[in-house]
Amino acid sequence: MTTANITHPRPAAPPASPEKVVIPVSGMTCAACQGRVQRTLSKTPGVVDASVNLMMGNATIAYDASAITPDALIERIRATGYGAELPQENQTAFEEQAARDAATAEEFRELRAKAWASGIAGVLAMLLSMPLMGTMTAGHHGPVADPFMRWAMESMTPTLRSALPWLYEIPAPVLSWGLLLVTLGVMAWAGRHFYTRAWAAFRHHSADMNTLVAVGTGAAFVYSVVATVAPGFFVQNGVAPDVYYEAVIIIIALILTGNAFEARAKRETSTALRALANLQPKTARVLRDETEEDVPVESVRADDMILVRPGERVPVDGELTSGESAVDESMLTGESLPVTKRVGDRVIGGTINRVGAFRYRATTLGETSVLAQIVKLMRDAQGSRAPIQRLADRISAIFVPVVVSIAVATFAVWFVAVHTTGGGVGEAAVRAFAAAVAVLIIACPCAMGLAVPTAVMVSSGKGAELGVLIKGGEALQRAGDITTVVLDKTGTVTEGRPAVTDVEVVYNSTLASEEMLALVASLETMSEHPLADALVRHARDRGLPVDTPEAFESHTGRGATGVVRGRALAVGNEALMQDYAVDIAPLRSAGHRLGDEGKTAMYVAIDGALAGVVAVADPIRGTSRAAIQQLLRLGLDVVMLTGDNKRTADAVAREAGITRVVAGVLPAGKVAEIERLQADGRVVAMVGDGVNDAPALAKADIGIAMGSGTDIAVEAADVALMRGDLAGVVDAIRLSRRTMRTMKQNLFWAFAYNVVGIPIAAGLLFPITGLLLSPILASAAMAFSSVSVVMNSLRLRRFRAATS
Amino acid sequence: MLTALNGIDWLVIAAAGTTILWVNWYFFAAERAPVTAAAGAAGGPQEVTVAVHGGYSPSTIRVKAGAPVRLLFDRQETSSCSEEVVFGDFGLRTFLPAHQTTAVTVTPPKPGVYEFTCGMSMLRGKLIAE
Repeated sequence: MTTANITHPRPAAPPASPEKVVIPVSGMTCAACQGRVQRTLSKTPGVVDASVNLMMGNATIAYDASAITPDALIERIRATGYGAELPQENQTAFEEQAARDAATAEEFRELRAKAWASGIAGVLAMLLSMPLMGTMTAGHHGPVADPFMRWAMESMTPTLRSALPWLYEIPAPVLSWGLLLVTLGVMAWAGRHFYTRAWAAFRHHSADMNTLVAVGTGAAFVYSVVATVAPGFFVQNGVAPDVYYEAVIIIIALILTGNAFEARAKRETSTALRALANLQPKTARVLRDETEEDVPVESVRADDMILVRPGERVPVDGELTSGESAVDESMLTGESLPVTKRVGDRVIGGTINRVGAFRYRATTLGETSVLAQIVKLMRDAQGSRAPIQRLADRISAIFVPVVVSIAVATFAVWFVAVHTTGGGVGEAAVRAFAAAVAVLIIACPCAMGLAVPTAVMVSSGKGAELGVLIKGGEALQRAGDITTVVLDKTGTVTEGRPAVTDVEVVYNSTLASEEMLALVASLETMSEHPLADALVRHARDRGLPVDTPEAFESHTGRGATGVVRGRALAVGNEALMQDYAVDIAPLRSAGHRLGDEGKTAMYVAIDGALAGVVAVADPIRGTSRAAIQQLLRLGLDVVMLTGDNKRTADAVAREAGITRVVAGVLPAGKVAEIERLQADGRVVAMVGDGVNDAPALAKADIGIAMGSGTDIAVEAADVALMRGDLAGVVDAIRLSRRTMRTMKQNLFWAFAYNVVGIPIAAGLLFPITGLLLSPILASAAMAFSSVSVVMNSLRLRRFRAATS
Repeated sequence: MLTALNGIDWLVIAAAGTTILWVNWYFFAAERAPVTAAAGAAGGPQEVTVAVHGGYSPSTIRVKAGAPVRLLFDRQETSSCSEEVVFGDFGLRTFLPAHQTTAVTVTPPKPGVYEFTCGMSMLRGKLIAE
């Protein structure tokens, strides 16, 4: 093979800066092809320099962009009879999904048409060969070699003879040659891809399902042609010149039918993903210069103002700027109730606006939008490999050559067996041949190849529907093995947002609790402590006047002091009160009780005297308790980790129904705690918020990030939950376990099918039961085996969330 | 009634044995397609076109480690077997539309062998980075 680049620089002075493009050219097989493309390009006006490389199969072209476009260059190359296409780059997730769908749909249509045509041809072939039966020498049945076919056709003969008597008038040679031509036609059209693909694979020293079909049907066909062309040769050897024509056609028809079903079932495995991709609206109503304008979503820019009416889909991600509404986010989060959106809230592209109209500002667009990220994540997950597949991969790699070897050995054993037990050479060859062909046809590597990927496809789609994004086959497999679930307290078991739970004022106080709260909230506006935010929010929600303090001082670990509306204020713990010599006796027992309930109690002193106590706590999520019960029922150990003190932690654990608590853990300690559990031989899932818990999520066997529905691309997490809800953890684990079961069933079936089917086809049972498999029945079994695996995976679509 | 093996039986056995040996040699041991060096165009990434048709040709590609490699997968068939190409080491999985060329750019970080396969691991190729 030559590697020479033929380069013909054009003599004319090139323009200042020619554009350069590399166009892959396909179909070039020799130096002459290369020369032809080269000459054509060099003669094209606007081309400065062209170099065609045969080995690389491409053309590097420098051209004057003002004179010619890359598309025109491609047209020129195509005109020479070779293929050329600009490389596709940076497809968006949506485009790629659309391309895949189109390819699968096309594949299905083509297979269906071919299956129908070959099925009809099969019936025609049967009709043509029926009159030939019984015309051969006595002791032989006639020209139909396949035992199943012979049985079927013999039972139909009387009916046909009375229905179409003229068929029996046609001379036998005409019928034989007619059959040959019909079969050749089916092989050349409907079955063509089996042979071309088998050949292509063979050239690469590899073999696949096509190899088996091609060798099996090809051998049967060649055998039949010899019987038709030179029947004398068979008769001399004492064998009827039986043919396999109908068998070849029907095998091709059955396998095509199986492939068509498989293509359709495979398409269904990605239904969920397709549904997600279709959520993306095509247009957005953008406000530009105070006029509404419908524009394609691709042309929406960040910071565009978008208007959404009730019942419409939110076109892109953004932040609400005016109006209020309830938005149905169920398609992305699995959350069935509409979510209220107010000014400042985030809305996600693809969700449905239910009631009010609102305006919002576009933020993330295109590839970075939430929907596009989910689609990409799902596509990556669906394409990823589960470790359980490795065994199947190893077997697939050697499967076909091994099966071909078994078929050859089958031939030899049958030949020798028949011959040494009194059969003639001809009979021995015929029987041996049928068994060898049956082995080639029944063996099916496809079921093994489909066992795991189809289950991953269906289950990750199902997960996405439930708002559980499992990032790939490996994560699925490990999630199925989890024994211990570690929950971070804050933001996971609890809301993660402290709220004021109790307000008490000293008995006989002249100050109303509202008034005290207003003062405390005003002071806390200056504080950056997370608890301060809860106080300010609480006061504002009640419409209390919140001012800016005249003076403010923060006391780390104790609280804050300052002056509000001329009054001296101290808000903090017992230690702070002691520092300011405030007697807390009247409220000490109340303070301790609140502490026992897991709340943070803050004493309030005004002008040096105790005024009251305010308690703030991080409330437990409404769904936590039920979800934890379900985790326990799944046989999992549940451990809660928290940086809080033991008292607070215990109170939360009690309420949530958790018995094992590790309190007072520093962020680094979380990783150590997970390592300790893993050292015990446990498979640990860590559930956290994905930001603060990233190291622990990464350390755990499975990191589960509780999302707010927008930050799904958490690197450290293996599973991202779209909903801030522990129920997603339950769904993730249940779905993973169920998926693993499906994969194991599929693999078992695929292995067992071949392990049982191949020996039967080889005739191993013949000495005992007289059972021999006809190649036609073998092809039906093969077609069924891969379809059944895909169907079993599709059963995962019926998975239901435990909590919805 | 059993008769002893005669000439034709031995012939069949010998032919079958030879065929089995050849099949196993051809698919497992025979030398694969020759190595193609990726051309490092000035300034641009190393580039090579890989025809996808029942396999990858070339299937073994020598590249420079540490520099980006742009592989142009020219899928010349509709067989669904080859609709995806997977670079496991790079966590990359790309859909290859039929009868189109799809560019995949990877950068082998250090010398070594980086395998790429089809979606079902049936078709195999490798980058030898040095």
